[in-house]
Amino acid sequence: MRPRLLPILLLSDGGLVKTVKFQSPRYVGDPINAVRIFNEKEVDEIAFLDIDAHRTGQGPNFALLADIATEAFMPFGYGGGVRTVEQAQRLFGLGVEKVILNSVLADDPDLVTRVANSAGSQSVVASIDCRRSWLGKYSVHVGGGKRSLGRAPAEYAREMERRGAGEIVINSVDRDGTMTGYDIELVGEVASAVGIPVVAAGGAGSLSDVQAAIRAGASAAAAGSLFVFHGRHRAVLINYPNPDELDAIFR
Amino acid sequence: MISVLEYGVGNIGSILNMIRRSGHECAPVGSPEGVASAERLILPGVGSFDFGMRALADRGLVEPIKEAVLSRGMPLLGVCLGMQMLCEGSDEGTLPGLGFIAGRCRRFQSTPEHPIKVPHMGWSPIRPTRDHPLLADLAPRSRFYFVHSFHAVCADPADRLAAADYGIEFSAMISRGPVMGAQFHPEKSHRFGMTMLSRFAGLSP
Repeated sequence: MRPRLLPILLLSDGGLVKTVKFQSPRYVGDPINAVRIFNEKEVDEIAFLDIDAHRTGQGPNFALLADIATEAFMPFGYGGGVRTVEQAQRLFGLGVEKVILNSVLADDPDLVTRVANSAGSQSVVASIDCRRSWLGKYSVHVGGGKRSLGRAPAEYAREMERRGAGEIVINSVDRDGTMTGYDIELVGEVASAVGIPVVAAGGAGSLSDVQAAIRAGASAAAAGSLFVFHGRHRAVLINYPNPDELDAIFR
Repeated sequence: MISVLEYGVGNIGSILNMIRRSGHECAPVGSPEGVASAERLILPGVGSFDFGMRALADRGLVEPIKEAVLSRGMPLLGVCLGMQMLCEGSDEGTLPGLGFIAGRCRRFQSTPEHPIKVPHMGWSPIRPTRDHPLLADLAPRSRFYFVHSFHAVCADPADRLAAADYGIEFSAMISRGPVMGAQFHPEKSHRFGMTMLSRFAGLSP
């Protein structure tokens, strides 16, 4: 099975944005238009993360997500502001495939279990944001990368697997938007700690970065900037490799 | 008209979205009467085997489905868990399945020789093992999106319609008479799945 390659797109105020190290969101376009283009490009999968929904407490923008789901003929994940099984169920009803949980797990890790019990593990993704200290130690962060839980990512990922998560997204806050490559050490550490698929995120700048993440043990690689920017000046241009290019990097 | 069974197990939104996009009519049904009058029915499903079977039983849908298939040959397409429920049972649970296709569902096993991550989650090509209307027009390099930990093992190898590989070769599609099953999600498989759903829309008893 060829590894999956997926765009992770950030939602803010109904628009698409891209951040650098979780800061300075830059507007990059309209989500519906982006889904249509990614449809044409036959992407493996797509994930939307609402970067405001947890902080504001408003929860998912169901109307927007319904519109996105109608256009998404590929697996579609959503994260941001989901705090209850009922919200997760409503998302599944719209056609969302996977609910991505992150900051909420700091206070309510059992939500993974409750969603998994109601919809199956394959529908629950635990997304883990990490920062690396100047001593080289990784720690899990929540709240948009601001609050450290003082937990090691591998051990945290194992807990999420035990609680029923079907997949882990491991994201490096330090690499986000930098396009300097994934934190391969972090990816490898988490991928070898769990038996469920791990998605590498944060830092992809080229397809060889993607290749490196897969070699490190990731089952899938996610990217934002790589798929929405083009060229040295980071002009907005939605792009995705064609099947031949994918076959070539994963051969 | 394709009826899509809504019984509280997994989402049917994306199936309805894709059938509509392919230009065919569809509607959700959830009652025994809805099943009894369906021209053709999709049985979706995500989650555990017993959860799915219990949801069918609680809504009084098991007998109407059997009646529609066995007495009037209603085309029935099970998707993902819906395909597994076409079998006699599963190692995942204790309840009997619908039993249209002889065989049971087994879990993927990761072994030291062939370590695999379970569930099988991602895109795989399929190999048709016999001719079938659902498999006509299969585009070159077709691929389909799978998410599953269990796979159907048919008692009669002739009931396999298509194979795929994940550590081992397994049944990606099964069929007997008017009953068909796809382990993958056609509704999440771009034009490849859309073609297949269009093909299903053209099947008649």
